[in-house]
Parts: sequence; C-alpha cells; structure tokens
Amino acid sequence: MVKAKRGVDVLEKCPTGIKGLDEITKGGLPRGRPTLICGSAGSGKTLFAMEFLMRGAMDYGEPGVFMTFEETPRDLAKNFISLGFDLPGMMSRGLIATDHVYIERCEVEETGEYDLEGLFIRLGNAIDSIGAQRVVLDTIEALFSGLSNAAILRAELRRLFRWLKDRGLTVIVTGESGDRTLTRYGLEEYVADCVIFLDFRIEKQISTRRLRIVKYRGSSHGADEYPFLIDERGLSILPITSLELDCPVSTERISTGVPKLDTMLDGQGFYRGSTILVSGTAGTGKTSLSATFADAAGRRGERCLYFAFEESPRQIIRNMVSIGLDLAQWVKKGLLEFHSARPSLYGLEMHLVTFHRVIEEFKPQIFIVDPISNLIAAGTAAEVKSILTRLIDYLKMRKISAFLTDLTHSGGTLGNTSEEISSLIDTWLLLRDIERNGERNRGLYVLKSRGMAHSNQIQEFLLTNQGIDLLDIYTGSGEALTGSARAVQDAEEKASELARRHEADRRLREQERKRNALEAKIAALRAEFDVETEEVHLMAEEGQKRHAVQAEDRLEMAHLRKGKPSAPPANRSKRRVR
Amino acid sequence: MKAVSPGKGKKAKTDSTGKIWNLRLYLADQTPKSIAAFANLKKICEEHLAGKYRIEVIDLLRNPQLAKGDQIIAIPTLVRKLPAPFKKIIGDLANSERVLGGLDIRSVSE
Repeated sequence: MVKAKRGVDVLEKCPTGIKGLDEITKGGLPRGRPTLICGSAGSGKTLFAMEFLMRGAMDYGEPGVFMTFEETPRDLAKNFISLGFDLPGMMSRGLIATDHVYIERCEVEETGEYDLEGLFIRLGNAIDSIGAQRVVLDTIEALFSGLSNAAILRAELRRLFRWLKDRGLTVIVTGESGDRTLTRYGLEEYVADCVIFLDFRIEKQISTRRLRIVKYRGSSHGADEYPFLIDERGLSILPITSLELDCPVSTERISTGVPKLDTMLDGQGFYRGSTILVSGTAGTGKTSLSATFADAAGRRGERCLYFAFEESPRQIIRNMVSIGLDLAQWVKKGLLEFHSARPSLYGLEMHLVTFHRVIEEFKPQIFIVDPISNLIAAGTAAEVKSILTRLIDYLKMRKISAFLTDLTHSGGTLGNTSEEISSLIDTWLLLRDIERNGERNRGLYVLKSRGMAHSNQIQEFLLTNQGIDLLDIYTGSGEALTGSARAVQDAEEKASELARRHEADRRLREQERKRNALEAKIAALRAEFDVETEEVHLMAEEGQKRHAVQAEDRLEMAHLRKGKPSAPPANRSKRRVR
Repeated sequence: MKAVSPGKGKKAKTDSTGKIWNLRLYLADQTPKSIAAFANLKKICEEHLAGKYRIEVIDLLRNPQLAKGDQIIAIPTLVRKLPAPFKKIIGDLANSERVLGGLDIRSVSE
C-alpha cells in the first residue's frame, strides 16, 4: 500500500477520521510511519488511539491491530463500547485484531542475552491475520517496567519501529508524559516523525483538554493548543479556522422578526451571515428578541440552533407563548433545535467544541446563544477574544448568522467583555432600562450596524401579547420620555394644543373687532369731513350772495348819491369783515 | 525444529518426590542464541533433574499463535509449567546459577 522507503517525494497522510484533527494536521497522520501520542494519565491517549483504529476500519477500509500492554481485552471492549464501537463485532468481521501483552516482573527471571522477537512475532501474526494497515501500541513503555535490561529494550524498540516502518504500517504509540520530558522513557527518541501531546488541566475547577502537535516532520501543521472534547461520539477537536478575513459575504438580508426593528436597520434587517450582539441588563427582553428571531427563521423555513444557558427549552417555549410566539411548532418540524446546559458544566473552550460539533450535525442557518456572557465568565479574559474569533470565523465561513446576547450589569457602561468582542460584531443592539416617574421601561437602539444606514433613534421596546413592538419615544421638549410619562406628555400636549387653538380664535375675533371699529371710525371721520365740506360750501355760497347783495346795495347807493360812487363802499366792507 | 526437540525422547521418570518437571522453551528459528539456550538448558537439566524432566521446544516462527498463550515477548523464553508455580526465564540461560535460582531447582538436586 504505502512506500516504506524514505525520501518519497510527498508525505502521504493517513486520515484519522477524528473530528478536527485532520484539519489541523492537513490530512492526517503520516502514513506508513509511527506517531507518538503522549500525555498524562487520563488525558485520552487510549481513546485517541482507539478512535483512530475504529474510524480507519469503518470509514477508510483499513483494518487495524490494537496491542494493549495495560488493559485486558474485556476492559478494552468496554472502553470501545463507551465510544459507541462494537469491538467483538468488528473483531469477528476481521476488521480489528487485539492482543493483550502482559508482563509480570516477579514471574520473570532474566539470564543472559535475549531479544523481543516474541513480540514481533505476535504483532506480525495479528497484522497478517486481518491484513492490518494501522497499528496501535498502548502503551509500549510498559515493557520498561517489565524488563530490566534497558540496553536490550532500547535496541529492540528501535528495531521494532524500523520493522513497522518497513512494513508500511501507520502506527500510533502512546506514552505517559514524564516530569520534564514528553514521555517517561524517552519514546520520542524512537518516534521521530510525528508527536502529539494531549494535556488535561484544571483551572478554576473546570477541566479542559488540549491537544498540541509537538512535531510533524515533513509537514506543516497548526502549532497552537487546540481544545478537545471526549464524549460518547468520540473526540472532537476545535480546529483552527481561517484566521485570514476572507469569509464569503452575503448581501442577502434577513428579517429580525420585528418589522419596526427591520425599519431601523435600513428597512431590511440583518445581513445573512453577520454576527449580531444584543446587550442589555437583566429583564430587558434579550430572550424575547432571540426567540422572535428564531421564530422568524422558522417562518422562512430556515434551521435554527438555540443554545440556552439560563433556561430550559421547555421554559423558553412556555414563556414565549406569553408574547404570542409558538416555538414548539418549529421544534416539531425539526427547524429549531434547543440545547440547554449550565455554563459552569465545563470551560468556555469546551462549550465552543460542543458548538462546533452540534453545528456540524444540525447545519443551521441561524445560531443563537443566550446569553454568551455566562460563557465568557467561564474563561479568562485573554482567551475570550481569540476563541470567539474562532467561533465567529467558523460561523462566517458557513454563512451562519450568529445572534448572541450579552447580559450587562446595570448601572455601569458596557462590560469589559463586550468591549473586547465589539470588533467582532457586525450589528450591535442595545437594550436598556429607562427609569422615570417610578416605573421602568425598555428602550432599544442600534449601537452599530456595519454596512447599512441604520437608525440612530432610541425606540421604546414593548412586549405585547402579539410579540415585540417598537414605539417612537417622545422627544418634544428635549428629553426622552417613555411609558406613562410619554402618555402624560401626550395628553398635556393635546390640552395645550387645544388652548393654543382657542387663543388663536380669540385673537382672530379680536382683530375682526378692531377692524370693524377702525372702519366705523373711518366712516365717522368721513361723515364729519362731509359735514365740514358742506358747511364750507354753504359759507362760500352765503358770501357770494352777500357780495352780490352789497354790489346791489352799492349800485343802489351810487344811484342814490350820484357822483361819489367809489369812496364810501370801502369803509363799509371793512366794517363787515370785522 | 526437529533438530532441537528431543524433549519427548527423554522419558520422564518419577523420583522419590514424585515431581515431573515440565519445561517449555520458546525459540524463533535456529539462531545462535536459540541453540545456545537449548544446549544450556539440557546441560542444567541433566545435571540437576536427570530423568525427571520433560522439555518442549516451540518454534514461534512455525506456530506464532502460541506466543499469546504464555505471554511470550522475549526470545528465548523458558517456561516452567510444572511444578507450580508458573515461572519464566528469559535469555540464553548461560548463567546456570540464575537458571537454577529462577527455576527453583537447587532444593531438588540436593
């Protein structure tokens, strides 16, 4: 099958089938070569090796030999069953062969020269019986405690690995880690191709398993420590996802489930595949908003994964009925899946490994975590960002829209954690309490939303029995009012509007009255003027008449005086003017 | 491994203690080590257990499946099947003192 000779142009890899490992190692373990898995007691070495064999036999058609130096075949079968593998069944089908090598030091006396040909023969026999391509030696260092001649042992181990290599077998050797060395007996000396270190540590009473590839000759590999999980489905390693920002982007928009919130977000809602964070203090409606978003996903026929860390799924379904959401129907249709766990169950990394596993299985379009802040508290601040980056990158690569809620503490500004992850968030909604006049109301605003012209208004957030509604907040006299204060203000507004209208009417009437008065005055003045004009005319007429009469008189006097007609009339006229 | 399998030829006889020594020697092919081991074993038995021992030689190259039964790892390995308790000596048996000690023969030869 594989070239056993060295110097082959490209290193061929042997897929392990272990979730995430093949991504980190870029294809698997070196084919035809031994790999050392080391770690402390209970770090998962045996399980790792078992899964490697089982996946090889079942998924890749490569039978394997499990040679155990510690566990009896019965214990081994039990362990396999705990991972869901039927060891006796696979043995009878010729996919797996096991051999239990047992050395009791007190039974053995060593006299003179010997070699380990017996072990080679047993291994060779097992390999040939099923045509094995994979071999596990768990853990071969038991020989060191069973045999005292270390010089022979080391020479034989070197021969063993050469022999395995020559036969082109992909081998996993396990070894317990020593104080300062990778393995107690220096197995890494013999297995120079690939070394994987499993770590099991407890921080703040929370255990975390981590995996690190110490070396991988002839291949690039991820160099970080990767958290991993062991459960009834075997190992899952949280793989590194692309840390380059080259995720596919979508211009598709998805509704938030609240029409007025869509309006605030450029009228169309979130971008598909974006990351949404909803921050708010306790009781501001984060879960209701999440549930509404989940409901909207169900209506679109999309799959939604809902991780609840505060309430049980049934409780959420019950509670959401009160705002008119029937989530149970989506669960029944298989569009909505709840996962509920205590955040303190294990560390943040472990939760993230769980996320990965469940996402791989359920393949959702929408991913909700309510709330993520509890998880953040489970990790140390420094880890949070890199880990969330991984998660969010992972979701983005799969165009999954992430909806995360974040419980902030009242009184303060946004929490530190929120600040740390803010750069990862595309759309950030803030829910806040507005306390005034002895009542508490909810307000919602868009803190940021990348790539859209979003509203800058604070809206009042109402939970009604028909779902979530948003109302414009009263902002008339320069301050925001909500709840009954808004209602009171509305009423006052109406009253003063009415009063203003009355005032205006009154003024109009007043003006009318004034105009009438003015016109009357004008009429009176004109009448007076007319009267005067008439008088003037009358006087003029009278004057003329008198003049005419005087002329007549003068003519008459002249006629009477006859000869002095001019002098006396002047004196007479003077007297008259006076 | 016919050349070195005279074990059955040596007729086991019961002595005063009534013990029959049932020994099994595991080898792999006729390597110098194997041949030396068999020669050493035979010499010790003749000296100390004359007439009351039986040696069974098993060549694992021919019968590899037999290695599992007695948990054989090293070659050569000598197994004392009888008398109980079960004992194992690995190596070429060159140091007869240690072989005698390992098989617990000394008391018998006295």
